[in-house]
Amino acid sequence: MTAVAERAEAEPEAEEIPSFDVTLKISRFNPDAEGKPKPYWQEFTVTMHGTDRVLDALHEAKWHQDGSLTFRRSCAHGVCGSDAMRINGRNRLACKTLLKDLDISKPITVEPIKGLPVEKDLIVDMEPFFDAYREVMPFLVSEGQEPSRERLQSAEERERFDDTTKCILCAACTSACPIFWTDGQYFGPAAIVNAHRFIFDSRDDAGEQRLEILNSKEGVWRCRTTFNCSEACPRGIQITKAIAEVKQAVIRGRV
Amino acid sequence: MTATQIPDPTKRYQRTGLRGRNIEMLSWLFMRFSGAVLVILVFGHLFVNLWLGEGVQRIDFAFVSGKWANPFWQLWDLCMLWLGMLHGGNGVRTIINDYARGPRLRLVLKALLYIAVVATVVLGTLVIFTFSPCPAGAEPSLLPSICSE
Repeated sequence: MTAVAERAEAEPEAEEIPSFDVTLKISRFNPDAEGKPKPYWQEFTVTMHGTDRVLDALHEAKWHQDGSLTFRRSCAHGVCGSDAMRINGRNRLACKTLLKDLDISKPITVEPIKGLPVEKDLIVDMEPFFDAYREVMPFLVSEGQEPSRERLQSAEERERFDDTTKCILCAACTSACPIFWTDGQYFGPAAIVNAHRFIFDSRDDAGEQRLEILNSKEGVWRCRTTFNCSEACPRGIQITKAIAEVKQAVIRGRV
Repeated sequence: MTATQIPDPTKRYQRTGLRGRNIEMLSWLFMRFSGAVLVILVFGHLFVNLWLGEGVQRIDFAFVSGKWANPFWQLWDLCMLWLGMLHGGNGVRTIINDYARGPRLRLVLKALLYIAVVATVVLGTLVIFTFSPCPAGAEPSLLPSICSE
């Protein structure tokens, strides 16, 4: 008992986390507004701590200042991919962006991701994005007899597509792509990344079908290798490299 | 009461179809190939015209007509014309595809582009092959000095 008390006394007090005021400049859009609704900017000043993320600041604004502020978030830990948004002009997950990493002397701009129709405030219609995703058949297709045990794969075969398995479908890459902004028909980086994940999977048999789909007019050839997608990916996937690998596979006509 | 219509779940969703297969790939490959060849052609052209001998000072009508008397330079300039125009035209086509939003604007811009490319290529080819510094039966006062020598 005494030993515990002594140790507690010896330990220094945990330093208080410094707090600061930060201003969020949020692009808001109310589809039910009178007349013709238009997006507008609204600023919220909130007191936050050094350990907080942009998502916490959004919560602070929504929970304590304006309950009508609307945004998506689910897990809040960078896994579900719900809260991709443009923070200071860059596509980021709000739950993975720490306030202390941003310039808080100026207001932090928060906008919905570009290239997809805005539904309300920071929420966009993700359907065009998922349409492109569905079209590359993002599921295992195998021919022949079903094996009686699991489909085995060597570590090297798994390594081949390891990077692209990390995708969480947050749309940060696709909505950072300048080609997708002007041409919504382009498959976009996310769909190609998820096609890559199956094209280079040794257990999958529909690689050539997927390559054929991506060889269409709106397929991989619209990629201009601007690297916006690789820069935007919150999971650090080398997206432009994956697209280049798909291009090479299309040229060679096989995986 | 009418029954709720549910789309057939086995029907694969098709957003774009498979339009223009291989065409974009060939255009992409052409850009890589022609780009590499053009670097050699253009720098060779600049080296021969501006660097060798007296350099830029000796370029005149006689110099050009002398060059085009040689089939090697005719072929060199022909390759440079065709590859340059098609490479550049394809690049502008890509830019139109990327930036022109409306289908009508896209059509108009591409039509202008194709007309310009075809006109330049046809006229240029014609000049390279039919060029003659001293056409027979022409008014002597209009001919360059090399013809009388």
